[in-house]
Amino acid sequence: MGLTRHLGRKLLAVYLGGAVGAVLRVGLAEAFPPEPGAWPWPTFVVNMAGALLLGYFWALFRDHPEESVAHPFLGTGVCGALTTFATLQLELFDLVDGGHLALAGTYCAISVVAGYFFLRVGINIEEERPRWLR
Amino acid sequence: MVAVSPLGWIAVGLLGGAAAGARYVVDAEVTLRWRRAFPLGILLVNLTGTALLGLVAGLALDGEARTIVAGAGVGSFTTFSTWILDSHRLGSDGEARLAALNIGLSVAVGFAAVVLGHWLGTRL
Repeated sequence: MGLTRHLGRKLLAVYLGGAVGAVLRVGLAEAFPPEPGAWPWPTFVVNMAGALLLGYFWALFRDHPEESVAHPFLGTGVCGALTTFATLQLELFDLVDGGHLALAGTYCAISVVAGYFFLRVGINIEEERPRWLR
Repeated sequence: MVAVSPLGWIAVGLLGGAAAGARYVVDAEVTLRWRRAFPLGILLVNLTGTALLGLVAGLALDGEARTIVAGAGVGSFTTFSTWILDSHRLGSDGEARLAALNIGLSVAVGFAAVVLGHWLGTRL
């Protein structure tokens, strides 16, 4: 990854994509605030949607030239900021703190396993597209 | 539920973008120096962000300030999707052990980071 080449354009693309991803994620969390001790749906939904989209964009843009801003915008920016690792960990902490150990363990394991699954689905959707759609 | 003001939403966008940009720069700088297959850059970003979020939670910051700092700032700095993609790529490159290490380290040290951050936050 050449950091100095095309840095300005790529950083702007990541910034704009990150703003979009952040507003979508915070918007969903504000619209459907999770109950303490319950499955954290807003974070789970954005993380799964982001994994699927990132799988698709990664497969789509992997042959793009170095100076392309498509992946910085959609992958690093939108998908990167739409999904979150810190909130997932804080939710695990709150579940454990509240005595919901089984739910915490399930939430953590399902997030990782389903995240892998949705990422693969995104990659497969891109790779299995009929030729006339390319 | 905390109502976010129009100005608050602008702050969410501005800070979310800046945090994503910071993730991109830190990851690129670490990757440039590390030169190995293991995705150390995103691991460091996710662990520092998680400790920071624990700290914010421990400080009992709430309302719109918490939504902006924790939700937009720390939330956008860390990433779930790239973490899973990096692990998947290691696995398909025949580095299944590194992939498992990336998942295990992130989950275990991430939990320790949020506990530590929260503990510090409640004592500040």
